[in-house]
Amino acid sequence: MDETLLIGDHKVPSRLIMGTGGAANLEVLERALVASGTALTTVAMRRIDAVTGTGVLDLLRRLDIEVLPNTAGCRTAAEAVLTARLAREALGTELVKLEVVADERTLLPDPIELLDAAEQLVDDGFTVLPYTNDDPVLARKLEGVGCAAVMPLGSPIGTGLGIRNPHNIEMIVEQAGVPVVLDAGIGTASEAAQAMELGCDAVLLATAVTRASDPERMAHAMRLAVEAGRAARQAGRIPRRYWAQASSPDVDA
Amino acid sequence: MQVWINGEQRELADGARVPDALAALGAPENGVAVAVDGEVVPRAGWPTVALTDGARIEVLTAVQGG
Repeated sequence: MDETLLIGDHKVPSRLIMGTGGAANLEVLERALVASGTALTTVAMRRIDAVTGTGVLDLLRRLDIEVLPNTAGCRTAAEAVLTARLAREALGTELVKLEVVADERTLLPDPIELLDAAEQLVDDGFTVLPYTNDDPVLARKLEGVGCAAVMPLGSPIGTGLGIRNPHNIEMIVEQAGVPVVLDAGIGTASEAAQAMELGCDAVLLATAVTRASDPERMAHAMRLAVEAGRAARQAGRIPRRYWAQASSPDVDA
Repeated sequence: MQVWINGEQRELADGARVPDALAALGAPENGVAVAVDGEVVPRAGWPTVALTDGARIEVLTAVQGG
């Protein structure tokens, strides 16, 4: 039996964590979420709009999907801490996907602000899942201040460039004592499978599904890919060889 | 008194509390969080914390993202 993903003391029954950004509308989003089989899904915190109200939240509650608020849009530790506290008040969860990005062009995490915010939020009782660079040293420091998971990027948010530095992801996995979630950059199913083959415990993605031509079908593909990649990791792949090795008996044997 | 709710100036009765600000905005009380002048106001404090003239009130909820 496969063990359940445990983030802090939250049991997460799926290893595909979804985002909700980029979906054309709530109907498309609902079909994609259901097809993905996800049990944990991110939302952003913004000023309430009289028209949309709390629509996303109502949808996630109806689908019985646990909500993971993020701090998207925050540039400093102070902004991220305030946003996380507002999310905890609004949603009644101490889970937070911590995002502190350096600039709009790359959306890459600002490691100094990120570590500062992570430490403050852990001290304040949050279960912190930081979106981080694919930097093994930073990942170790985030775990050191008490983060419940580390979430290295495969490539910048929304690029669909896949996993640009698989070796770094493997090093992060090798040393981590908390779950490693590959977050950002996934473009298609093979890349989600690769993340799991590298030893990640889960994959977090949004754009690859929500902006696909057929989000529902891509969500299904991602679900299968995460399952396949994890099974392959557990099965143990063959070593790479330089020369061929016949898989059929010799003809004169 | 005049307050700012999500960046818009609004008139609230003197002595207004957080629920009055939510009502002025047409916002529900569930699934939202409120900050006044950059500080989170915990839900338990909504009925008792008095808003003051010029207060900057932010009302947030979850939207699609991430």
